[in-house]
Amino acid sequence: MEKFTTLSSRAIPLAIENVDTDQIIPARFLKSINKNGFGKNVFRDWRYNKDHTKNSTFILNNPTYSGDILVAGNNFGCGSSREHAAWALTDYGFKVIVSSFFADIFKENALNNGLLPIQVTPEFLKALLSRIEENPETQLGVNLLEQTITVEGTSFKEDFNINSYKKRCLINGYDDIGFLLSKKNKIMAFERQKAY
Amino acid sequence: MKKTLFDKVWDSHIVDTIKDGPQIVYIDRHLIHEVTSPQAFNELESRNIPVFRPDQVTATADHNTPTQNQHLPIKDERSKKQLEQLAINCKKNNITLYELGHKYNGIVHVIAPELGITQPGMTIVCGDSHTSTHGAFGAIAFGIGTSQVAQVFASQCLLLTKPKSLRVTVNGNLKKGVLPKDVILYIISKLGTNSGTGYFCEYAGDVFENMSMEGRMTICNMSIEMGARGGMIAPDETTFEYIKNREFAPKGSNLDQKIAYWKTLPTDNGAQFDKEYFFDANDIEPMITYGTNPGMGIKITETIPQVNTPSFEKSLAYMNFEKGESLINKPINYVFIGSCTNSRIEDFRIAANFIKGKSKAPNVTAWLVPGSKQVETQIIKEGLEDIFTKAGFELRQPGCSACLAMNDDKIPEGEYCISTSNRNFEGRQGQGARTLLASPLLAAATAIEGKIIDLTEYLTHSLVQEIQ
Ligand code: SF4
Repeated sequence: MEKFTTLSSRAIPLAIENVDTDQIIPARFLKSINKNGFGKNVFRDWRYNKDHTKNSTFILNNPTYSGDILVAGNNFGCGSSREHAAWALTDYGFKVIVSSFFADIFKENALNNGLLPIQVTPEFLKALLSRIEENPETQLGVNLLEQTITVEGTSFKEDFNINSYKKRCLINGYDDIGFLLSKKNKIMAFERQKAY
Repeated sequence: MKKTLFDKVWDSHIVDTIKDGPQIVYIDRHLIHEVTSPQAFNELESRNIPVFRPDQVTATADHNTPTQNQHLPIKDERSKKQLEQLAINCKKNNITLYELGHKYNGIVHVIAPELGITQPGMTIVCGDSHTSTHGAFGAIAFGIGTSQVAQVFASQCLLLTKPKSLRVTVNGNLKKGVLPKDVILYIISKLGTNSGTGYFCEYAGDVFENMSMEGRMTICNMSIEMGARGGMIAPDETTFEYIKNREFAPKGSNLDQKIAYWKTLPTDNGAQFDKEYFFDANDIEPMITYGTNPGMGIKITETIPQVNTPSFEKSLAYMNFEKGESLINKPINYVFIGSCTNSRIEDFRIAANFIKGKSKAPNVTAWLVPGSKQVETQIIKEGLEDIFTKAGFELRQPGCSACLAMNDDKIPEGEYCISTSNRNFEGRQGQGARTLLASPLLAAATAIEGKIIDLTEYLTHSLVQEIQ
């Protein structure tokens, strides 16, 4: 997993609520047996028209906006457990997703792939979305060490929470498997003693 | 300290607690399928790690399988490859696989309970969000991502932070024609799709106590649709009766011991929940969804609410519905009875009971997709197939089918489908398809009438006729 500490980037505003994993990556693209290449189908049915031409009204196709940060409406990533959603977003190039609420499994999947989900207050989200919409060149600064998100060059800033274990993993690029394997003895002792 | 059902099961599975971090939770049962497991096997292989406890893993092929001519080679190359890969991975790692055509094959959340693999007090995970289904037995069961599938393969454990607790209590008697599906659609319509996020939910009250195991599974299945990681119902005599004599259930004195333990699991009187909701069974009526998330549901007699947010309007535009509109009399061309929410034998009995002696409307294509090979066999054994075929319904072979439309079972663009599945997201049943979630009874009635009917009125009417 790639390490994450700080990021400075422009952002793409996706002011839609309840973006579910079926929108992020539709089921018909889940037939792969490896993790690569999902980015080309991220938000497939919003990005493309039925005749496979680009839907110019969708924000990802608007050249005015760019960046490694996606700022999305409330309850992002609800629905299925498919980690393909996180793979599609990272493969497309996103490193941070900002929303006022994330679905549990999506959040976990994102963190396990070095994609940082930042949960902000609804007020901050609303203001952030309008700032980006008004000025697409708005530059955001994310600092994982200090747990802050800032509109650079302004005092518009918010702190965010992250589980300290997950924070350590992201900063160091560690994943959970190595950690669990180091606990094998404890796990086997548990198996011998379990009371149920 | 007074404990909840969830606390009791959770606490008994803690291997270790990391300072300032998550807990290591032991997983008893790991269920896998072809779509979310291959990358996890790759991960293990690339690091040269074996599957730690293959005996605790059960595999099935369900998401991406055809529901017709299962004995023939699969036409879609990529689907075929995925199934082949599952077989290779299971063989290599000594994992039991119920592949296509096997007498135990079927949707992962249908087969595990049916085989007695699912038991009270267990921790159960699967790379599928509707793993919450197994909570109906008083197990902690939840969906995980593929990285976590790899973690469980490697260590039979997960690193987790204990979720908060939520209890939904429904007391009273359900009205005629109100099914478990209506109860859960009602709850989600009241609470919304993210009220449960960060929580594990327990369902309590007479409505659930009086419910069959099939019904309880329908309820717990949709816990994820209100954002909860999982749902649970306390195990009781109904649970024990269901488990007895199933293939992998404990037997003899072993079973007696287990039952004695399972009886200690229900929530202690006076245990505290972080959040509680109470509903009255009498307020629940046959439900239907009109939008693109499962929280957008109404009683069949109600009209689409007036909500003025861009997301709500976007959703109605996709569905081609208007605010304030009633859904009664809307013509419907597709009906799907299936998915891990409603594809158990009870669901098909309910449908058959309504359909018997009637014929589907000519405009309707009606697919019945059993949740498992065992359900399919039972349908035939009970003579239900005959009723369905005579009525013009198409009984297909088991699998996830039009629930996620990964195989060929897709609803055409722009068409409405009354579906007994659990998600009505945009494009869930095929690009541009419009899904209305409902119970198997309302689905069956719609297929007969070719349009949505006021089931409440219909039932009262037929009841009056019966009495006369
Ligand atoms: S039937 Fe639908 S919800 Fe259930 S496991 Fe299959 S795809 Fe998932």
